[in-house]
Amino acid sequence: MKAKLFDYIDRDNFIYNLSGLTKLVCFICMTFSVMFSYDIRYILFVMLLSVIFFWMSEIKFKQIKLMTIYVAIFLLMNFVLTYLFSPQYGIEIYGTSHELFRITSRYTVTLEQLLYQVTKITKYASVVPLGMIFLLTTNPSEFAASLNRIGVNYKGAYALSLTLRYFPDMIRDYQDIALAQQSRGLDMSKKEKLGTRVKNVMNICVPLIFSTLDRIELISNAMDLRGFGKYKKRTWYVAKPLRKGDWGAMAFGALILAGSLFMSFAVNGSRFYNPFI
Amino acid sequence: MGKKMFEFKTKTIVATGLGAALFTLLFMYVKIPTGIPETDIQTAYGVGTFFAALFGPIAGGLLSLIGHFLSDSIQYGSAWWSWVIASGLTCFITGLVYPRMRVEEGEFGVKDALRFNIYQVVANAISWIVVAPVLDIVIYKEPVNLVFTQGVVAAISNAVSAGVIGTILLLLYSKTRSKKGSLSKEA
Repeated sequence: MKAKLFDYIDRDNFIYNLSGLTKLVCFICMTFSVMFSYDIRYILFVMLLSVIFFWMSEIKFKQIKLMTIYVAIFLLMNFVLTYLFSPQYGIEIYGTSHELFRITSRYTVTLEQLLYQVTKITKYASVVPLGMIFLLTTNPSEFAASLNRIGVNYKGAYALSLTLRYFPDMIRDYQDIALAQQSRGLDMSKKEKLGTRVKNVMNICVPLIFSTLDRIELISNAMDLRGFGKYKKRTWYVAKPLRKGDWGAMAFGALILAGSLFMSFAVNGSRFYNPFI
Repeated sequence: MGKKMFEFKTKTIVATGLGAALFTLLFMYVKIPTGIPETDIQTAYGVGTFFAALFGPIAGGLLSLIGHFLSDSIQYGSAWWSWVIASGLTCFITGLVYPRMRVEEGEFGVKDALRFNIYQVVANAISWIVVAPVLDIVIYKEPVNLVFTQGVVAAISNAVSAGVIGTILLLLYSKTRSKKGSLSKEA
């Protein structure tokens, strides 16, 4: 039970040295460009780029193994469910029907459906390396600073930085309470009935929640005493100044986004790439 | 002491921050399996709506938004935006009950419990049966009947979580607070 997001290890390479602001802007641009486009050619291009960036960032596979498994399960579930619920959705989108083979009359396998579902998988899969790069190469303390700099209210950004600061503490508290309760004979496994299980979960959550409420009181008093929120702006201790590489990277991100919009509006005429007409 | 609906004081910020951390933790690790595959009851929504009722719609909305975003990012590397937004909306709408609650003064009767539950059921219905599926279709072009089925299941399980866990937490919390005017002067 370890949150990989907070395994931040400082390395000295191009991606790590970019400011958090740059990485956030690039992440948003590239994510949006694949979220918007349903053109498999463009998505594969972005996917290739994100894999290259991933390799450049020198993240170890060990760090992301668990994530990859979760993503694979999620994608598989989505693939199967989509087919079960809407086996004809591809035909609806692309307007043609190229039948491959037939299981029952409802569950006919068509090229259109295959293209739609494969496009969808590449869409989701191509975003994942980007998210991992952003989360694993950005110093958590810098995250709030970069949000503030793209225009998020600093009080909101500060809330997020408090979240990142207290999350590991909370995991530790949760483990302590869970172990203490289990040593007193609390069963958390599936052997118990649903009602008992709810009660057992509550026995762990309640102390955790009430200690959190106490902590909220304590921290907000401390912040008030130090004059938090007196002015409209604040500076950030960890904010990095923007260098040449930052401007280059942001321009590149914007270009990718522009490319996606161009492909959708000028080349394909819609969000979908239709090879069937 | 009057309560303003959308105030954003230091306490709101801290409640948002720590609430989001709590939400993330519960969302990832504390689920109650119902026996039906892939439909665990998320205890996080019980706590999210509890915080919303205590600290208002801004804190509630933001903390569930951040919490859901973080837990998605940690587990999957990227967030499923339509559901993250729906999570935020659930706790935001539930938080609208905030000015009418007197829990921190130790008052939480049957009427308050009823009021909280009406708000949270409406919030869950709007967020999961309307907003989440519509966003799924607009952003991700997911098949229509799949997203609405998922939405209804999510709405029910989240409303159960908010109704049972949220109400119990509010009741327990109200009991730890001393009632207003509970002290009397000795003769």
